[in-house]
Amino acid sequence: MPDEKSDRSPWNWLLLVPIVIPLLPFLFNADEPRLFGFPLFYWLQMAFILLGVGTTTLVYQMTKRGRRRP
Amino acid sequence: MSAHTTELVVFTLLFLLVSGMGFVAARWRRPDNIESLNEWGLGGRNFGTWITWFLVGGDLYTAYTFVAVPALMFSAGALGFYALPYTVIIYPLVFLVLARMWSVSHVHGFVTPADFVRARFGSPTLALLIAITGLVATMPYIALQLVGIEAVLKTMGITGHLPIIIAFAILAAYTYQSGLRAPALIAFVKDTLIYVVILAAVIYIPAKLGGWGSIFDAAQAKFAASPNPADGITLNASNQLQYITLAFGSALALFLYPHSLTGVLASKNRGVIKRNMSALPAYSFLLGLIALLGFMAIAAGTKPVVGANGKADTNTIVPALFDQMFPDWFAGVAYAAIGIGALVPAAIMSIAAANLFTRNIYREYLNKNATDAQEAKVSKLVSLVVKVGAVLCILMLDPQFSIDLQLIGGVIILQTLPSVALGLYTRWFHKGGLIAGWAFGLGAGMWMLYLIPNPASGKAHFGGSAFSLGNFGFDTKMTIYAGFLALAVNLIVAVLGTYLFRALKVADGKDATSRDDYFADEGDPKVKPMDLTGTH
Repeated sequence: MPDEKSDRSPWNWLLLVPIVIPLLPFLFNADEPRLFGFPLFYWLQMAFILLGVGTTTLVYQMTKRGRRRP
Repeated sequence: MSAHTTELVVFTLLFLLVSGMGFVAARWRRPDNIESLNEWGLGGRNFGTWITWFLVGGDLYTAYTFVAVPALMFSAGALGFYALPYTVIIYPLVFLVLARMWSVSHVHGFVTPADFVRARFGSPTLALLIAITGLVATMPYIALQLVGIEAVLKTMGITGHLPIIIAFAILAAYTYQSGLRAPALIAFVKDTLIYVVILAAVIYIPAKLGGWGSIFDAAQAKFAASPNPADGITLNASNQLQYITLAFGSALALFLYPHSLTGVLASKNRGVIKRNMSALPAYSFLLGLIALLGFMAIAAGTKPVVGANGKADTNTIVPALFDQMFPDWFAGVAYAAIGIGALVPAAIMSIAAANLFTRNIYREYLNKNATDAQEAKVSKLVSLVVKVGAVLCILMLDPQFSIDLQLIGGVIILQTLPSVALGLYTRWFHKGGLIAGWAFGLGAGMWMLYLIPNPASGKAHFGGSAFSLGNFGFDTKMTIYAGFLALAVNLIVAVLGTYLFRALKVADGKDATSRDDYFADEGDPKVKPMDLTGTH
């Protein structure tokens, strides 16, 4: 029987991106370059919020149950 | 009259306004009968996207966070910013997990995480351990919300415990009457106030202090001059591992707290939860800005209020900054935002703790045939007991003790992860293995916390959560979040224990859930929101 009721989807793998990226300090642990006076450490980590929001929104839209039915 | 009269008047008026709302909330989305845990404890299990956003946001981002995170930035610098990655990774991390939890809970009428464990692993003992762990971890968290209110009152020059007792008595009364509807309604006011205050703060204060650049430069100058090598406006080699394991460990722990799950289970379908995983990070943005208030306080030369014991209380740094920078009336609004910010999570936490007691201790061991009305009655009474306990904690113990307990709470709630979170995905673990893992994880966690000193306060034990790898004989200054290591011990023991109990052919419990239960959504015939009987 085809698995109609399941959360399984290749899109879910995308969720790993906003989990792993913010946990890599070498990406953001620096003062320069500054943006509007914010050191890299602060503005880049704030920007990761957008990465998280973008990814969860995309995954939600692509895996909504309605989509899979014709 | 004191210099704080205007602040005090504004604070009191707003406080009274939300208290009124708390009592009126019982009539909001009124059910035919509020005397069941589905109604009193979960607001009818019917909250949509917006209410859930305000409720869960108001619940996770507590007054204590608003006070303690900037205080940590003020004294330690970049490490305090861990709260930001923590609240970024949390939502993609639990995106799928919470949807499963919602489905299985709605099919079976679960109210607490221990309810789920009881049915999944067929073990009342394991469920009891999960429930007690949840209770122990939640209690100091409630007490800490009082620390938030106290910091505000102190800044307004109010000492003594009477105002806090009055505030909590009001809170206890309207939670008793309205249940989860009260914090859900008040959360609208709380979050609106917080957003207004913080947006005003991050525009107005930097303008007065010469821009963001000079705020960061001032912080850098302070940390460069301090004798502590671990502080600074960026991380160094020894605390990077601590930073990421603390962020990751805290993210794993957050939705294991019973009160976080309460808001999730109160939502009406899976879509509400998933949409909120995209919308809740708006609060993370706010939290990042709030954290930076700590650096603004450095640039502004703010001094924390000196407490009765003669020591400066860094938790007052944000209220003191507002007092210094804002006009009096707006400082009053800001204080109200923090004070009311304490009431929402305190109410939800006490409801969650009460539900744990009722469902997993009272119903399991004291009155197996409890009716819905009896369950609601017991929960309402226990919610009162929990609040009295929290007030006593603050009155009788050093507030520092609550802070330590909360730190320990994070480490111990993580030990429920294999049963609750992994349990949602796999029934592979043996109940005996899970119990053994829980015990060893707790033991290891306590042992590590015991070994952590705090040079700043001169304490030899329970001085923080940064465990030095030097304790294992490594020649390094690197530190790691103790909860993270404790969880690793827990998982290893749970796996080994499972093999062992299987080899010894020890009987395992029965799984009362089926595969389809984890995907059910609103409208499925299985999902009956009013079914509290469940499959026990």
